[in-house]
Amino acid sequence: MTSRREILKHSAVVAALLGTTGLFPQYANAAFNKVAFDAKNLADVYKGLGIGLPVLSSGVVLQAPDIAENGAVVPVGATSSLPGVKQILFLVEKNPLPLIAVFNLSDRVDAAILTRTKMAQSSDIYAVAVMNDGKVLYAKKEVKVTLGGCGG
Amino acid sequence: MRTTKILMMAMMASLTTGAVWAQKSTVDAIAEYRAMLADGNPAELFEAKGEELWKQPRGPKKASLEQCDLGQGPGIVKGVFVTLPRYFADTGRVQDMESRLLTCMETLQGFNAAEIAKTPFDKGEQNTVTALAAWISGESRGMKFNLPQEHAQEKIMYEVGKRLFFLRSGSHDFSCATCHAVEGKRIRLQDLPNLTKNPGAGAGFGAWPAYRVSNGQLWTMQRRLNDCYRQQRFPAPKFGSDATIALGVYMGVNGKGSESIAPALKR
Amino acid sequence: MADPMRIRAQAAGGNATVKVLMSHDMETGVRKDGAGKLIPAWHIAEVTATHNGKSVLTAEWGTGVAKNPFLQFTVKAAKVGDKIAITWKDNHGDSRTDEATVAA
Repeated sequence: MTSRREILKHSAVVAALLGTTGLFPQYANAAFNKVAFDAKNLADVYKGLGIGLPVLSSGVVLQAPDIAENGAVVPVGATSSLPGVKQILFLVEKNPLPLIAVFNLSDRVDAAILTRTKMAQSSDIYAVAVMNDGKVLYAKKEVKVTLGGCGG
Repeated sequence: MRTTKILMMAMMASLTTGAVWAQKSTVDAIAEYRAMLADGNPAELFEAKGEELWKQPRGPKKASLEQCDLGQGPGIVKGVFVTLPRYFADTGRVQDMESRLLTCMETLQGFNAAEIAKTPFDKGEQNTVTALAAWISGESRGMKFNLPQEHAQEKIMYEVGKRLFFLRSGSHDFSCATCHAVEGKRIRLQDLPNLTKNPGAGAGFGAWPAYRVSNGQLWTMQRRLNDCYRQQRFPAPKFGSDATIALGVYMGVNGKGSESIAPALKR
Repeated sequence: MADPMRIRAQAAGGNATVKVLMSHDMETGVRKDGAGKLIPAWHIAEVTATHNGKSVLTAEWGTGVAKNPFLQFTVKAAKVGDKIAITWKDNHGDSRTDEATVAA
């Protein structure tokens, strides 16, 4: 059983290592992309992240169910066959805070991420790919959220 | 004139089938949502915890649960879930998984079973029981339900369970049967399994314990029954009571031969 | 100490598909408890994945990620026996690292 001390030491080492690479500024200054995650609409998210407005592209594929039985857990996935995907972002337009997650990809992983989001209500979900060359592409899908019955 | 009539009939037909198709597609869409979540069921987190708690020396007696007899001999966990509830000679009664865990936690580890039974769900040792239940049920994954009906008490409990299932009472005159005794019923988008026979009984009984995405909790059958009674506006049953165990016997025996999918994923 | 993650790393076609389940409440900060008080936001903020010690993926998460988060990604050019480590750090400064070996 790893002790808390060892785990804290380990994560500090990881953070320090990542900070020194210069590729992950969030570790260099331990700042979290607060502005973007606190943004209340899509435009402010993009502004907060310092990226241009995304352009609809068939090069980004969004996986999400048509109907989510419960908004607490909605599976979302994004894939792109295009080379040079730097980041994948997930946004839920009608959430109080639309930015859900930012994934920073190295060239050692496929541009394919699957995770689960919370949805406050039926809404469009966006998968945004930020490319190495600065292009910002997106795909979106409407996901309906139901309440369901008595929880059987 | 005839062509218009044919056209109109064709339109009506397509409209009707359209409506039917739309309804079917909602069910399909929900099925697709559930399928997307099936891989990576957070219940696994509870299973991992349960396995750890089974092996960990705990309680006033600082002992593990590895000698606990869940019906097939001390320490045997694989395959026990699909044979519970059943009669236990040492306690002289039919017990389900949760009440049997209380027995073991008391006799082997020195915990106070009555205290745990009175503890609210999500608090104290109830969390231990929940995690253990998740792991134990997972150890019977894919196995077929085969509750014993040999001992006189097992047969009696089945009959008691049946009576309780159909007993109408409470302020709304509900019984379990009100929702769960007929095919094809649903509340909003939740299909209500017919628990009086397979496949509903197996599907309904075999789905608990389950991880509920709506609250991120792992619910055991005891908790599910407690909440059913709450929804029926009945007084809360005691944890591990004969009444709840009897209902488990009724459903489990009705579900004989169905495959267990516990711990499952539920809304 | 936070509960352990479940990490499964499976080799497939020269790559490794990694599936992670993390144990975390992911409180949004807008929920109220039984007494009507706001439950403060408590969520995983940073995630790192390494392959044989080398970072391959990092992420920043807000409160919108579902409770008991699930994450799946694919590491290129990975083989059976390789080590995958996942670290998460939450907004309280708590963190957790777990490791798995790529299996067949």
